Parts: sequence; structure tokens; C-alpha cells
Amino acid sequence: MKYFTRMKIRRVYEWSGKPRSFNRRLKTYDYDSFAISVEGLSKIIINTGQDILIEGCDEDNPYVAKVTRLYGDENGQQMKAVVQWFMRVSEFPVNKLKLLGREPHPQEIFYYECRNCDNEVNVESILRPVKVKHLDSNDPFPDSADKDTLYVKLSWDSKVFRVVNSTVVESPAEPAPASSPPSCLKPSLPMSPSCSQSAATPRGPSRRVLPTPDHAIMHKASLGEVGCSSVGTPANVEAESLHSATKLSASKCLSAKRRNATARTPGVRKRLELSSPEKSVTGEEVLSQLLNEELESKVTLTRRPPPSPAHPLRVTHSLTPLRKAHRPTGAQCGVPLKSSSVFLNKRPLSDSESPLSPAKDDSTRATQKKELETIKEPVLSVLAEVENEKSPMVTETPRSSKRKSAMLVSSRIKKQLNLLENHQDPNSSGEEEDEFVPSKNDLLSSSEEEGQDEDGPNIDDQVSAKKFRYVATGSRNSRSKQKSYSSARTQRRTPAKKISPGTPQTPRHATPSIPIRSLQTQQPANILEEARARLHVSSVPESLPCREQEFQDIYSFVESKIVDNTGGCMYISGVPGTGKTATVHEVIRCLQHAADMDEIPSFHFIEINGMKMTDPHQAYVQILQKLTGQKATPDHAAVLLEKRFSNLAPRKETIVLLVDELDLLWTRKQNVMYNLFEWPARRHARLVVLTIANTMDLPERIMINRVASRLGLTRMSFQPYSFKQLQEIIMSRLNKLKAFEEDALQLVSRKVAALSGDARRCLDICRRATEICEHSAADPSSTGLVGMSHVMEALNEMFSSAYITAVRCASTQEQLFLRAVITEFRRLGLEEATFQQVFVQHQALCRIEGLKPIGVSEGLAVCQRLGACRLLLLEPSHLGVLQRIRLNVSQDDIFYALKAD
Amino acid sequence: MSKRKARDAHLPVGECIKQVQQILRERFCERRLPDRLEGVEAQYKHLLELLRRTAIHGESNSVLIVGPRGAGKTTLLQCVLRDLQKEEKVQKNLLQVHLNGLLQTDDRIALKEITRQLHLENVVGDKVFGSFAENLAFLLEALKKGNRSSSCPVLFVLDEFDLFAHHKNQTLLYNLFDVSQSAQAPIAVVGVTCRLDVLELLEKRVKSRFSHRQIHLLSSLNFTQYLERVWTQLSLPDSFPDKKFAQEWNAGVKTLCEDKSVEEVLQRHFNSSKDFRSLHMLLMLCLSRVSVAKPTIKPADLLEASRMCFADATANMLHGLSILELCLVIAMKHLNDVYEGEPFNLQMVHNEFKKFLHRKSNSMYNFEQPVVMKAFEHLQQLELIRPVDGSSAKVQREYQLMRLTLDHSQIMEALQKYPQCPTDIKQWAMSAFG
Repeated sequence: MKYFTRMKIRRVYEWSGKPRSFNRRLKTYDYDSFAISVEGLSKIIINTGQDILIEGCDEDNPYVAKVTRLYGDENGQQMKAVVQWFMRVSEFPVNKLKLLGREPHPQEIFYYECRNCDNEVNVESILRPVKVKHLDSNDPFPDSADKDTLYVKLSWDSKVFRVVNSTVVESPAEPAPASSPPSCLKPSLPMSPSCSQSAATPRGPSRRVLPTPDHAIMHKASLGEVGCSSVGTPANVEAESLHSATKLSASKCLSAKRRNATARTPGVRKRLELSSPEKSVTGEEVLSQLLNEELESKVTLTRRPPPSPAHPLRVTHSLTPLRKAHRPTGAQCGVPLKSSSVFLNKRPLSDSESPLSPAKDDSTRATQKKELETIKEPVLSVLAEVENEKSPMVTETPRSSKRKSAMLVSSRIKKQLNLLENHQDPNSSGEEEDEFVPSKNDLLSSSEEEGQDEDGPNIDDQVSAKKFRYVATGSRNSRSKQKSYSSARTQRRTPAKKISPGTPQTPRHATPSIPIRSLQTQQPANILEEARARLHVSSVPESLPCREQEFQDIYSFVESKIVDNTGGCMYISGVPGTGKTATVHEVIRCLQHAADMDEIPSFHFIEINGMKMTDPHQAYVQILQKLTGQKATPDHAAVLLEKRFSNLAPRKETIVLLVDELDLLWTRKQNVMYNLFEWPARRHARLVVLTIANTMDLPERIMINRVASRLGLTRMSFQPYSFKQLQEIIMSRLNKLKAFEEDALQLVSRKVAALSGDARRCLDICRRATEICEHSAADPSSTGLVGMSHVMEALNEMFSSAYITAVRCASTQEQLFLRAVITEFRRLGLEEATFQQVFVQHQALCRIEGLKPIGVSEGLAVCQRLGACRLLLLEPSHLGVLQRIRLNVSQDDIFYALKAD
Repeated sequence: MSKRKARDAHLPVGECIKQVQQILRERFCERRLPDRLEGVEAQYKHLLELLRRTAIHGESNSVLIVGPRGAGKTTLLQCVLRDLQKEEKVQKNLLQVHLNGLLQTDDRIALKEITRQLHLENVVGDKVFGSFAENLAFLLEALKKGNRSSSCPVLFVLDEFDLFAHHKNQTLLYNLFDVSQSAQAPIAVVGVTCRLDVLELLEKRVKSRFSHRQIHLLSSLNFTQYLERVWTQLSLPDSFPDKKFAQEWNAGVKTLCEDKSVEEVLQRHFNSSKDFRSLHMLLMLCLSRVSVAKPTIKPADLLEASRMCFADATANMLHGLSILELCLVIAMKHLNDVYEGEPFNLQMVHNEFKKFLHRKSNSMYNFEQPVVMKAFEHLQQLELIRPVDGSSAKVQREYQLMRLTLDHSQIMEALQKYPQCPTDIKQWAMSAFG
């Protein structure tokens, strides 16, 4: 939070020039430029279309973005900028960076095309202009010493890199200025203050239409209105949601998908702008405004009973952005992230204010729009609720997300229920919506909406870190809420950046690798070899038979969390070799595939293994490393992760974390486990934690209450495989390859199922049996198939204990000594004797057997040899004749072995 | 001698003897691997096939070689590796990492050693070895990068495997076995241990990942095979430069093995232990008695060597004791008889000794207490007596409880051989009551 304070002290931000236009509905003023004055130094003027640096968590590498629009609220307190983000190399997750296929240039940035990122920032977070140059994808990077120039070659949409058009970068999104004055984007080269002014001027005259109202007056007015309207708001929201709901029900999935695809693409924007000549804002805005006008009238009418006239306006703003966003998406496919939340919204609407919905429908031309609206609605509802709760003064700021946290759980459940049945009480739906708002960050539309809402309320420049915290934790104080919320918006990006440290991670150590083999591996030559290859535990089967139910459960758990943008924990237990890790990996593979197909939002999978780290705290280091490629000490890593998971971050995708061998992360204070289970519960974490361990009651046994409680009750246990399942597993692996006799397979699976149910063991035995079969293939009687005899031999090899053979193969004196031990035990009636005592017996036995008695040192040598094999358990040898002896084998076994001789 | 020399045209006897000793010593010290393993063909084949599959097919495997000490576990492995390296397909396709539980006493050291042996340390860069955690992550990453078809298989040989099981969390074993059971770089893990219960040492997760292949080296050798073995071990190869000398030598060995007394000695050795290392020790002692003057092994040499092998070091120490110390040992023996092995202290021993002096000693006279004490302490230093655990610190030295770590037979034997032992002392030692 350092930068906040710094900002406060050093920088003063103010609009330069008059507002270009006034949005009456939103009560926002659009500006062409603003000025940053740094403690008496010269002013820097920033215009729309200019590339800027926005402060993030890393002071060395601030975020890069291009201003697309500037606006403020009526009283001039809140200054907002809509930006188009660029991504720095250091912000990339390491694993994605590989897709680039080359070393990124340190000054390279990427045009960010992700839709699910909040593109509105507080002006206060803008640091200074920066030079961004577009390069052709084939051009080399100029090696100028100018550290301030950044280069764009490619765009990044969270999946692939694409070549980016120079027009997009340099004069973004407004290729067709003819129809409407380009919203804000000009070729953005860093300009000196003076030139920036000039650059700003060409910007559409149409915007200036409205005179700037006195901020203070406007502000007051809005306050009053808000206060009056507070009661009415909820209804409003509900109404909206209702209508949307009705439309949605059929096409909710579709809408959800589309919603994501909001019109970020330049083409779309263009269209939008064309349609709305009056406003020179981004296409989305235009659209929204059009919609708003229509909607407003209707909404206000319906609302009449509720006292607040101002309110409807508010609501509408929030709505509008949504619509605009949705509009363009129609054809594009989005991810069904929000589908659940959408459903909820619909419900309440339909119940409470059905009349409204038709009106809205009219206003919104296409069903698609409606869908979009529904998506946005949650936001609205949130606002409304907040307003209700608050005193009129407070209500200025529409956005309060406090409730959400509290309602999370219930809302989720309700959500599910809603899907099933359409009856839900409006209140709950509202809450749900609240909850979802944060999760919606991803959605471009929602974020924009929020930004607009915030225009109205006056936001303190001094947003304190604390307030921000509150937001995260869902505190109820409305005032702080608002502020924090807005601040949170800006900050949201900070956590993400923090995680990706400013200093680009030059791979200091080359990636280690095992040398490449000089000769090609041989392919399996015959059936048995083929079978062996397939039966190897390491070969990844196409499907996991016999774990369908578990697979389904885990899949739906993770999928729902990803789609909802929420977090959660799951505990998976089972004895070794029952397919726990394999199943989870399979789930992740499927989800990854789904994400690639754009069926669900993309997510980031991280795996850590308690056994693969040297001490539990390394878990932080590994998570951080896999998340961001950053290296840190355990303590530092814990702090960074803590920040990341507790802060909002616009570009975050859901993280699925698999923690294998959980029990090894146990520490005395259990803080590692605590954190792992605590983070998913954070509102903005979007972390799904899957934990695996062997024991079913691990939470009860080793976890202290607060840890176990956080782990929750989502548990699953993998039963050991039954013989039928084992058989099926082998069959499926062999995949119709005829290498085993039926009986042989059954024998193996029955035997293993009876002992452990460990699939690994089963596969190993089968593999060994094929080897034995191969060796005995010379025998003409063999069929070439693995038969019972081979399997029996393999089973014997693996399961039989070597003790009896060892006793049988021991030398005469060793055997005598074992007998002497038993005799002595019998004599003493104890299971322990000293060497001295045994030795006396041994001498006697020697005489009986007609052997020459051995000396003490020889006797000790015999004893030590038996001890080394662990047939005997001995005390340390320095005790000599005084050392005590115990047997490690049962006396019966020894007798049996000796008798057979 | 000169005649013989004249007959052996090729080489002087001295030269021959030198050669013989060199060849046989290499053999006995296990410096040279045997050309062919006897008695473990099945195991040899199993292991060879297994490792060959790793090298050629890139199939990951894990196996344990279990057998008592001196059974030839390492020899087996070395032979397999030697023969494997002869195959062209394998030659450059197998990296080897050899670890020993006695050297790599924890995972940190083991990881460093693995990194070093895989020549990965240059990749780590300036900071040759980072922290333990970094090392582990580094190595695992390296192994994970590989895949079955393209990376070079790595053979991990873990000598004294059981000691690795005592490392914290068995991290190394878990990771090695995990790699061997997943689609990463192909590795073969070969554990060598003498503990039969080694699988019980493995943690359940580690155990599940281990393939449960065990190669047991338990020799079911009988005495004729043992004799055969002695004979082959002693005989010279055909490639010996001086054919004539070799023939004579081999004939000498044959007669040696057929000698009755030699057979008896060897039988005794065989009864005591079947392992070849102790046999080699015996033969080595014989070999060292071969000289130019006596260019063949005589049965007497073997008897002498056997005597040395079976010599009881503790009993031999008694020969160097003073009469007073010997008397104290005898007194302790009597105390042991009387009190049935209960511990004693200096005072009791001294009293017992004084009783003896009082009754029948004519050659001994009483010693001052400090002198007796000194003798007692000397015995303790030689570890012929040992304080009872726990009673040491607080008690005065005279009253500290001790136990005798000698067996009665050892004392009696030592007395027989003790030079100029007074007769009354011998009698006292043999008398039933002190």
C-alpha cells in the first residue's frame, strides 16, 4: 500500500479544460484530458488515447494502459479513466509465456484482449504517460537505450498470442471516425504537456454539448435524490432482473457464453459508436445510453410508488453498461461463468415485478440484450440493496458489496436451487447478486458498469488500504464500503501485478534437463512387450475405469467453482494406489479441454506435493513459483500469496490447486494448512483447493479445529479397488490386447484385492508375469499367453516373505544359533536373552550335533550376521556378549524352515 | 631351487610368484569382477533384462537386491552393468548414479551427489548448490522434463538401501519411486541391501510406488560346491604367462583341496558362514605365506590361516594382563558364578581376591587398595568389564557396579596359555568355589 500514500503526497490530479460532455443519466462528465501536477513541478497533461503507466504493486513495472475515456462525477471528486490494458512480460504466468515461443523482449508489452478484466481505474493511480510503439511481428526490437519506450507486437487474450494490428495499438478501436467522433483514442505517443493538449482538441466537438454543471450542486442534488429513492431501489433491481429472467430461462447458458465475449473487439466498438451519435464515448456506452433512455422512462413509471426519482437513474446507469456490452457479443462465444448468478437474478425479478419486464424487453431489442442485462443485474441489485440499508447520505455511492461475503454460502446454495425451480424470494436473490458482483469482475461489462456507478458518488482521493480491506472482508459500513470499493477497483489490479514481480524473471539457471538419449527407444516388438508397456503404471490410460463416480463428483465440484468464480476446498482420501491423484489429473485434463473449447473460463492448475518438498513451508514457495515464476523465501512467499488471495485482481483466473500428500504439510502450528484452507474462503481469491491424503480421518486426527473447520465437509474417499474393478482396470489398459488368460487375470486381481486393493501392485504383478512368461516362452507347451503358472510365480515373488528361504539358506552354525535362541527363550520363558545365555545353549547344541564348539568371537560373528539380515534383532554390537537378542521371525517359521531341511 | 628355475624356461620363480599373488589378490579383494557368476544365473538374467529394458525401451523400473552380507549383491550388479555396457545399444544410453547409504546420510547430501553425478551442476550456474529445497525442486524438474522416448535413462543404484529409508519423510525414495512410476524421464532404481525386512521400513506411500521386485541372493550352496569354489578361486587362469608354473600351481591346489585336514578346516568355515568374503579372507592369509622358497600352498598354511581367522581377540587380550589383573578377572568369574551374573563392584572383587590370598596364596601377597583400583580401571579401559548402564555417574568408583564381558571359556582358555601362570592361581580359577 506504499504507493497510495506516495500518491497522496506527491500528486495532484485535476481535470484540465471543461468537460466535453455530460451524461445526464449517469451524472458523469466526460473530459478530454486531465493534469497531474507533481508537487509544484510542471504539470503533465494526459489526454484520452494516450498511453499511460498505472501504478501497481510493483513500482518498477507499473501497469501499462491506454486511456480510452476520462470522466468524473458531478462534484468533480471522483476521477475515473477507462483504459485498454497492455500486459507486461512480467505479468504473465510463467506457463503461458512459453506459448510465445521466443524470449520476450524486456520492454515488450502485449495488447490485452481479455474481456474479463476491469478496465476502469481511478485517475489517481495514473503515474505518467509512456511511449508505446507498435512493431510489426517480424521486426526486430530496436535496441535503443530508451528504457521508457515499450513495444507492442502481439496481443494476448489469455489463451493465445496474436499479431496485433498497428491501428489497434496506436489509435485503438476507432478506425472509422467518420460516423461518429472517435471516442477518445488517438495515436498515443507520449506527449509533452503542451502537445497533449493539442492532441486532445481534435476530439469530438459533439461531446462538449453540455455545459459543465457546478459540481457541488450536482452532488447535493444527487445525494438528496438518492436518499429519497433508497426504498425504491430494490424493487427496481428486481424488476429488471425479473424481466431478464424470463427471457433467460431458455437461453441462459447461451447468454452466459456470449456475455463473456463482450464487444472488446475494435470492430464491435465501431458499430456501437455508429449507432449512438450523440455520445462520443466508447461504443458500449453509447449503446447503454440508448437503452437507458428507453428504460428509464419505464422504470421510473413503474417505480413511482417508491419515493426516489433519482434512483431509477442510478439503476439505469448500471444497467446500461451491461446491455451495451452484451449486444455485441451475440455471435461470439463466451464462457458460461456467470450462468448460475444469472439465474438467480431472474428469479426475484419475475416474482416481484413482472410488469416491468415486458417494458424492458421492448427497450432492448434482442433477446440477447436481455440476457446480457440479466447478467448485469446482479450488480444493480447490489446497489439497490446497499442503498436501502444506508442512510440517504451514504447512499450516494451505489456500490457496496459488503453483504456479499456474508451471504456467499447461502447464495450459492440458492443459486443451485434457483436453477432448479423458479421460485425464489427477491431478497435472497439480491443478496446472491451481491455476492456475485465481485466474482463478475471478469466480465468486462460488469466492471464498466461499476465504473459508471461510481461516477456519481464522490470518492475520496485518499483511499486507505484499510478501507480496501473492509471491502474485501465485507464490512457493513457503507461509507467506507464505497470508498473501498472504488479503491478496490483500482487496486484489484495491484495484487495481480504484485504477484508478477517487476523484474522480469530472466531464467538465471537454464532449465535443467536430463541429456537426450543417443539412440531411439525401441518400440515394443511383440504382444507381451506391448502389454508390458501398457501395464506400466506410468502409461496414462485414456480413461479411468471404475472411478466414474468420483470423477464426476470432483469434476462438478471444480467446474462449478470455476464457473462461479468462487473458491472451495475438497478433501480426498484413500489408501495408496486407489487412483486419487490420477482421477484429479484426469478431471483437470477434462476441464482444461473444456476451457480450451471455451466452454468454461480458463483456469490455472497448480500441483504441489507434500512429499516433493523439503519442509512444509516450501509449499508457499512452490505455489508462488508456479503461479508467477517468482522466487521467494517461504516467509516472503506466504506474504505475497496472502496479498494475492485477499486482494481483488482484474486479470485473475481461477486457480485450481492440488495438494498431494497433505499430511506432510503438517506443522506444529499448522499455519500452512490453515492458509491453504483459508484462502479459498476469501472473497476474491478464486482458489479451488483439492487436497489428497491417505487417511480418511486426517482432519479429525491431526488438524486443530480452526483448520479442520476451514477444510469444510466436502470430502471424498476412494475405496480400495475390488477384484472386479482391478480386473476391469487391467482389461481397459490392455485394451483388447490378448496377452493374459482370463483365469490368470482373475487370480491377480483377486489376490491383490484381498491384500490391499492397490492398483499399482496389480499392474506390477501383471507386468512381472509377462516377463516370466517371456522367459518361459522357449518351452514348447506354452501358449504365448500369460497363464496361471506365470502369475502364480510372480505373486510368489512379490508376496512371499524371504525369511523362510533365508533361514533355509543360512549356514549350519547360523541355523544352530537360531535354534539355540529358541531353546533359550523356552528356558527363560521370555522372548529375550543375552548373547551369553544363548551362547551356552549354542555350545550344547554343537556338541549334540557333533560339531566342534565355536569360540565366542565366532559366535558373535554368527550372531551379527543374523542381525544384519534382521532375522534377529540385536542391541548395538559394542555390548559384546552382554547384548540382548530377540527374534524377528516367528519361532514356527524357523522350525518349519529347519525341519524341511 | 636353481633346478626348478632352470626347468621353468619362461619366467623366474620370483616373477611367477609375484604374478600369482597379484592375480589372486585382485580376485580375493574383489577388485576384479568374475567373468562368470556362479549360482545366481537366474538373478543375473532377471536384473540384466530389467536394466536392458530401461536402457533400450525407456521403461522405468525399480528393484531391490536383497541378500546377506558377502553374498555377492554388489558383484552381481557390477557384472550386470559391465555386460550391459558391452551392448552397443546401451552403451551411451544409460546414465548411472551411485549412492551409498553410508556416505549420503541425508537427502540433502544425496541430492547434491545426484546432481554432481548427472553433471547437472554446471547448469545450476554460479551458485553451485542452492538450498536443499531448491536442489530438490531442481532435480525433480529435470526429471519431469524428460519423457520416456527422448531422455536418457538414468540408473540409480542405492547401496545400503535400508539407510535411505531412515531419511526424513523418505523424500528421496518417494521421489525416485514416483518418477519411476510416472511418465517422466525413464529411471531404474536399484536398491542393494542386506535387510530382509526392508519393505517394512518403507512408508506406505513409498511402498505403494515401489514395484515390489526383489531379487534375493540367498545361496543354497552345499559343501561340495563350496570346495569347488575354493578350488576355482585358487587356480590360475589359462592366460597365465608361464604355462608350466600354472599347471604345477593348479595341481598343487588340487591336491590341497583333496587333503583331509584341509577339508576339515574348510568344512568348519563352511559351517560357520557361506559367504565368500570370509572365504576370501582365509585364502588371502594362505596366499601371503607363499614365497619364492615355498611356491605352493601347503595344508599347514591353511590350518594356520584358519587358526588366525578364528582367533578370539578378546581372549588374546587376557594374555597381556598382569598377574594382579588376571587375579581380579578370576575373582569376577567366581562372583559371576556365585551371584549368577549379577553385577559386582570393585569392593566385592577385592574382597574375593583377599579371600583367595588369605586361604591359599603363597605366591601372591596383598596389594594396596589404590593398586587394585588401578588394575580394575585398566580392565575397564580394555572393556573387559563394563559399567552397568545408568549407575555410572553418581556412585563412587569403588562401588560402581560392573559386569564382566568375558565368557568363562575365554578365561579358562587364556589361563591355559598364559605364560608362567602360578599354579595356585590356575587352581583357584578352576576350583568351583572361590
